[in-house]
Amino acid sequence: MSSSKSASKSTASKKNKKLNSSQVEMKNVSKAYGETWESEEVLKNISVEFPAGELTVIVGPSGCGKSTLVNLLAGFEKPDVGEVTVDGKLVTGPAQDRMVVFQETALIPWQTTLENVTFGPKMRGEKKGRSLDDEAKELLVKVGLGEFIHKFPLQLSGGMQRRAELARALINEPTVMIMDEPFRGLDAMSRSLMQEFFLELFEENKKTNIFVTSEIDEAIFLADNLVILSNKPTTVQTVIKIDLPRPRNYKMLTSAKAFKYRKQAMDLLHGEAMKSFAISK
Amino acid sequence: MSAVGNFLKNTTTRRGVGAIVCFVIIWHIGAMIDDWTGVDVLGIGLVPPPGDVFAAFLGVIPKVGYWMSWVSSFSRVLAGFLVAMIIGIPFGLLLAVNRYFRGVFFPPFEILRPIPPLAWVPASLIFWPTNEMSIAFVTFLGAFFTIVINVLGGARSIDISYLRAAQSMGASQMDLFWKIVLPGTLPSIFTGAAVGMGITWEVVLAAEMISGGGTQGGGGLGFFIWNSYMGGSLEQIVVGMISIGIAGYICSSTIRKIGYFFMPWRRLF
Repeated sequence: MSSSKSASKSTASKKNKKLNSSQVEMKNVSKAYGETWESEEVLKNISVEFPAGELTVIVGPSGCGKSTLVNLLAGFEKPDVGEVTVDGKLVTGPAQDRMVVFQETALIPWQTTLENVTFGPKMRGEKKGRSLDDEAKELLVKVGLGEFIHKFPLQLSGGMQRRAELARALINEPTVMIMDEPFRGLDAMSRSLMQEFFLELFEENKKTNIFVTSEIDEAIFLADNLVILSNKPTTVQTVIKIDLPRPRNYKMLTSAKAFKYRKQAMDLLHGEAMKSFAISK
Repeated sequence: MSAVGNFLKNTTTRRGVGAIVCFVIIWHIGAMIDDWTGVDVLGIGLVPPPGDVFAAFLGVIPKVGYWMSWVSSFSRVLAGFLVAMIIGIPFGLLLAVNRYFRGVFFPPFEILRPIPPLAWVPASLIFWPTNEMSIAFVTFLGAFFTIVINVLGGARSIDISYLRAAQSMGASQMDLFWKIVLPGTLPSIFTGAAVGMGITWEVVLAAEMISGGGTQGGGGLGFFIWNSYMGGSLEQIVVGMISIGIAGYICSSTIRKIGYFFMPWRRLF
């Protein structure tokens, strides 16, 4: 027991020495779908910075192209115009430095929790066998899944699946974590527990985090920077710096400052939502 | 006695046995109702009662010819089915993962697919040198199209986020195929196999009746039924039908067992 503890400490200190966050930038990015004569512009001229080691939350009305934004950041899709860079280097495709936690779970159903977590390092042939398994187990214990390593994803609850997914992303030692509405579909209780858990993780490892959500409270609770999108086509409307102390807890959401942020964000988003509602009518 | 007791402890088994017993009782009532009432009630007076069929069953059990029918039908089904699996699974997967392959092979496949396997019987009797080969070919067709269309559909409906997740973790194209596409298609492969197996039995039986089964004793269960019909033995016809039912059940439960073995993550349902 004590030996495993000291082992975990040593790996943790090793990781701290490594660069573990990157500066991400989108410059004048536009993206449209469909054939040229009837294409629908989803993103228009988006320029936004995601500072290294900070948690930036993107919030916008539903259906405004948040997932497209994620796909561009992850490299699953390419922008029509403009560029996405990580530490100044152009993004040309998906890579292990940018891990995505998807909206619905993307744990591979035919692999156990442990197999899911070790998948990345195995595929790249970096680590193998016992030491990899031990590292994965350590991570799974950390996310509270120590007893579920041999279960299949469908045997886990929604909250457990998200935690397994966090572990699967973290083992690849990404410098950027991209979270695409990761807690959507969880019940209110698991959701707030997951938010607190996620913040703890973030405050501990300080990776660059890009977190997409449509929930304002969640956004304010988590964010260093709040990027508010406008709708049809999507552009960046405002970036609000959320100046609440860390480590955070839920009580801060009821502070006067948080209320002020909330009102500001609500006003902006409400206007956008009304606009898109009017268009769809 | 305790073995039977244990066997019946399982609720599912008990229900199944009960249902079969009920079915046999209704069958018996249906078959006997004319005798009991003296009028032709439902126009089913000729249906032999289960007792007679059971007696006929006992009558054929010691006969080699009956078991040879099993063997020949089974071997035809297995031959056609296995070849269909061996060709159909890779073919379906290729259609799913390669755009060019799909562009070339999907249209002719789709034109051939709606042709019922039995429509191939006359042509294949002429084309193939032996009866046996033409029956095997028609059985193959019966399973092939079903397997391919299931594999194709299954592989194409794999959630793209699995592929994206694997890709961003550094999986190569080969890894994507072996770790994501293939296991993700397994459920559809087994669905295709189960449905294909059913069609194979249908086709074999019909082909055996049409072709007359060929050599002595090698006629298969289809020919057994046809022969019983020609010989006017109603009981034996029913024996043949039930034999096919049992054979089909053995096949489908075997496929289920194999599927259970290969897809541990589906055991949860």
